[in-house]
Amino acid sequence: MKRKSKFKIPSKYLLMGLTIIAGTLIYVSLTMNLSGGPLNTVAGYVFVPMQQGINHVGSWLKDKTDNLKNLKDVMSENQKLKEQVHSLTLELNTIKLEQYELDNLRELLDLDQKYPSYEKVAANVIGKDAGNWFSTFTIDKGSKDGIDVDMNVLAGSGLVGIVTDVGPNYAKIRSIIDDTSKISGMLLTTSDRCIVHGDLQEMNENQNILFNNLKDSDNEANVGDPVVTSYISDKYLQGILIGYINTIEVDSNNLTKSGTITPVVDFEHIEAVLVILDKKQSGQEESK
Amino acid sequence: MKRKIILAVAVILCFVLQSTVFQALSFASIAPNLLIVLTASLGFMRGRKEGMLVGFFSGLLLDIFFGSVLGFYALLYMYVGYINGFFQKIFFPEDIKLPIILLSASDVACNLFVYFFQFLFRKKFAFSYYLFHIIIPELVYTILVMIFQYFIILKVNQKLEAEEKRGAAKFV
Repeated sequence: MKRKSKFKIPSKYLLMGLTIIAGTLIYVSLTMNLSGGPLNTVAGYVFVPMQQGINHVGSWLKDKTDNLKNLKDVMSENQKLKEQVHSLTLELNTIKLEQYELDNLRELLDLDQKYPSYEKVAANVIGKDAGNWFSTFTIDKGSKDGIDVDMNVLAGSGLVGIVTDVGPNYAKIRSIIDDTSKISGMLLTTSDRCIVHGDLQEMNENQNILFNNLKDSDNEANVGDPVVTSYISDKYLQGILIGYINTIEVDSNNLTKSGTITPVVDFEHIEAVLVILDKKQSGQEESK
Repeated sequence: MKRKIILAVAVILCFVLQSTVFQALSFASIAPNLLIVLTASLGFMRGRKEGMLVGFFSGLLLDIFFGSVLGFYALLYMYVGYINGFFQKIFFPEDIKLPIILLSASDVACNLFVYFFQFLFRKKFAFSYYLFHIIIPELVYTILVMIFQYFIILKVNQKLEAEEKRGAAKFV
């Protein structure tokens, strides 16, 4: 039909070859926890500029329509006030935590742990998971800006998620509402720990995330209590606000409680995030 | 060569649009799946090999940017493209029924596999919930977008095929 074909691989052998390649990739990334490596670099340089471009056009258009409605001034003021609220909430949480720790550890003078103001870098969201099953997204800053795997990501005063993969100019983030996300959380009021995990069904229906294994033997946890990341988590820094308890009920074992948490971050409309450049020192690396 | 460039551009375009514009246009956090439409239509328009390769690279892109395991979507989309390639023999451009059935089946099959491997294996048994709240809404939205996307792919493919025929005739 065409010119003399040079050399053609029959499609079933090609299928077999590619299946083996994909299978090896799955095996390797599952067992050795490897990410794309050079693939990340190439893909990052090709796609990130395009996604950034589209998002710039999108936000420009959005800006213009806002202008038309003469709402821009009000909105920027609102934005500023919201930022102020976020920073104040964050400050308040830190103070509450410090107070709690002060009360508990006053006698242990040698343990002078503080909540340092972490170094952060701001980034824009450039792409969201193309499927409908998971809540991962990409941002426009990567290892060139100092971002590394396992760094915590905030928006406003609340926890958004964690960096799971980086390329030179982009980073992949798994949000806390993702079905596979699990965080060790803690109630600020009683300092009881629980496990906070995302759930697709609960998120779709009520915009909430779940928690369980809350050991609240004194029966002091109430609806509306703030939940922060706990001190035993090995990846999340301590004391970042996750959300507020929405419902709470006693499990059938009568020992633990579970329920739902309303996250403080509006995950439908995340545009900009802050990445904390400090990683939690879990002590494992030092022993290596 | 020209076909390869156009295919690469199509994959890139669909991926970028799907991860940005269509995520912003999502209804109830459900967005359409452009890449599966591209993969499946090239499968039954051009045959197993092309469907398979387009599927492999589309899936690999999804894996790199959003996947939790590298290679999962690549494998899935590759088989979608390959299986659609078997229907090339009974595909006629004038007939719209077969493409719609094949594209819908591909989208549903793809989501069923994602559910099976990434949700059922984590003890998430509420299949009917996921079916009615994720799989079917995505199917409906994808069909809406598919009608436009399919005709664009069809027209571009016909133009390319006509050009290739002329090119081949010159050499004879």
